[in-house]
Amino acid sequence: MPLSLQQLSGGYDQQTIVENIDLTIQPGEWLTLLGANGSGKSTLLKLCSRILMPQGGQVILDGKAIHQQPAKAVARRLAMLPQQQLAPSGLTVEQLVTMGRSPHQAWWQWELDTAGLVQVDQAIAWTELEEYRDRPVSELSGGERQRAFLALALAQNPTVLLLDEPTTFLDIHYQLQLLELLKQLNREQGLTIVAVLHEVNLAARYSDRLAFLKQGQLYDVGSPEAVLTPRHLRDVFEVEVALIDTPVGRQICPLAAVLPQAESAPPIASQVVLGV
Amino acid sequence: MSISTPTPAEQIARSRQRRSPLAVPQSKAWRTILAGVVLLLSLAVVILISLCWGAVSLSRVELWQAALGQGSVINQTIVWELRLPRVVAALVVGSALGMAGALLQGMLRNDLASPTVLGVSSGAGLVALTLFSLGIWPGLIPLGAWFGAVVTTLLVYLLAKQGTRLAVERLILAGVAFSTLFGAIQSILLLFSRESRTQSALNWLVGSLNGRGWSEMQFAGPGIAIALLLGCLLARSVNLLNLGDELAVSLGSPLFRTRCFVGAVATFLAAGAVSIAGLIGFVGIIVPHAVRLMVGNDYRWVLPYSALAGALLLAASDLVARLGAVEIPVGVVTSLVGAPVFIVLLNRSSRPSLSRN
Repeated sequence: MPLSLQQLSGGYDQQTIVENIDLTIQPGEWLTLLGANGSGKSTLLKLCSRILMPQGGQVILDGKAIHQQPAKAVARRLAMLPQQQLAPSGLTVEQLVTMGRSPHQAWWQWELDTAGLVQVDQAIAWTELEEYRDRPVSELSGGERQRAFLALALAQNPTVLLLDEPTTFLDIHYQLQLLELLKQLNREQGLTIVAVLHEVNLAARYSDRLAFLKQGQLYDVGSPEAVLTPRHLRDVFEVEVALIDTPVGRQICPLAAVLPQAESAPPIASQVVLGV
Repeated sequence: MSISTPTPAEQIARSRQRRSPLAVPQSKAWRTILAGVVLLLSLAVVILISLCWGAVSLSRVELWQAALGQGSVINQTIVWELRLPRVVAALVVGSALGMAGALLQGMLRNDLASPTVLGVSSGAGLVALTLFSLGIWPGLIPLGAWFGAVVTTLLVYLLAKQGTRLAVERLILAGVAFSTLFGAIQSILLLFSRESRTQSALNWLVGSLNGRGWSEMQFAGPGIAIALLLGCLLARSVNLLNLGDELAVSLGSPLFRTRCFVGAVATFLAAGAVSIAGLIGFVGIIVPHAVRLMVGNDYRWVLPYSALAGALLLAASDLVARLGAVEIPVGVVTSLVGAPVFIVLLNRSSRPSLSRN
């Protein structure tokens, strides 16, 4: 098992945001964390990427707790694509992707070794950025820039990739393009993916399993078919939804936001299923 | 700034164009090498002129003889005891300030960062002004300024530290708080000290290389040399910090340790410079910018080039400072010479902007 969260609690300063999370992500699996704003998705991801220290419990990667290991050793197996990236002006795509080799370089190594060069080329090829190698990252469009930062993460040669809302600032075209690319890496390279996505439909479409978070607790985990139910979405997001079967699998159509006091209301009687 | 996004076909065409042999001089590597050659040549010229030019002008032959220990004793003294130490001091101080500024701007991801931000200047200034206004231990001013700088930075770091976290914002705010406090105390000291002492204190506050020699260098020189070397070795760490906290951590950079280490090297550089020449402003802020305009944002190049460019700026400024009948403090000249050069660079640069987004 590559990644396992055991009794994990954490948050900022004295405040605890997620509590007692037990979750195991299988090798080669794509798991997406879903939940309302403030439910602790990003916090959980930051705990897994070592940006936050856990207040309790631990994150185990390949049998070792990641917070007790040197940063570099973890970075050779675990990479992260943050939600928003700083692109220093003047830095080219190739220079950026080259930095992905940092965890594999000793402090005195100024330049890349052969394996590093190969991996950088590979990362640039996977993300189809060959034509952009010498272009400054700050001049790329949103979708291209996101791909460049993905290439940076891939250059680390990780077994696990963490994604924090990677599609937030992209239009629909780039959203699908990026997720298709990730799915391809997930299938063909066996890359384990743990993502936070806002878009429930995209999450259902690309993930092997969905994990719902509610108020810092794990609400339910399971395959999209199993957990994408009106009850789950009402409890977690406080919305009424209709389920629609589409060529890309079951999707949701939000119908109405439920008022907080409506929690005690009886479950909606009819479940609308539209054939396409 | 280009707003329109070129179509893929345009991009492919552009990249092919760039790879054609004719386009080579515009490529990055060429630009970097060219910038390095220009910097080194200019530095050599400035050093030669600085050694020849002065109240007693030396011809190239006389300079050569004096350097080899031949010719008139006076010329030898002028070269070895007066001009060379001053030039070397300018090079050492300039390179230290340039690299310290580059390290801090990269680490703090702030284009306005300089050693001043971490309280180096205010700490050094406070100790130096106290000694000046009390009129005691003038010989201890370099050492005192050095300790003032180092201790203040330490205080700034302690104030900014939360557990094992060290946030950039807190570092900058803590630095500003100490600078303001110490600045106020400096003003009080200046107001209440005797006029003759005020004069020399002001001279120190602006920064000057007048009369600096081997003795000042003996104290701070070796430390600066080691710190310059360490600074270059930190280049890849600074590159990572420059990408933001989340990516730096994800790429295996231990944030707290790296920030302490980069801050320490920058402080040793700046404190050493202050102990030799007083508070020379502007070099630390402007030199890294100029270098980034020339070679881009890879700190493996920015750091050594900042040291080179800092040395060049200070040596050239010191030459200008000595030109007139009355010598001006070099700190004033760095601004007078450096600012216009920087404005030209900024204007000529094809890069969209200095913004980091």
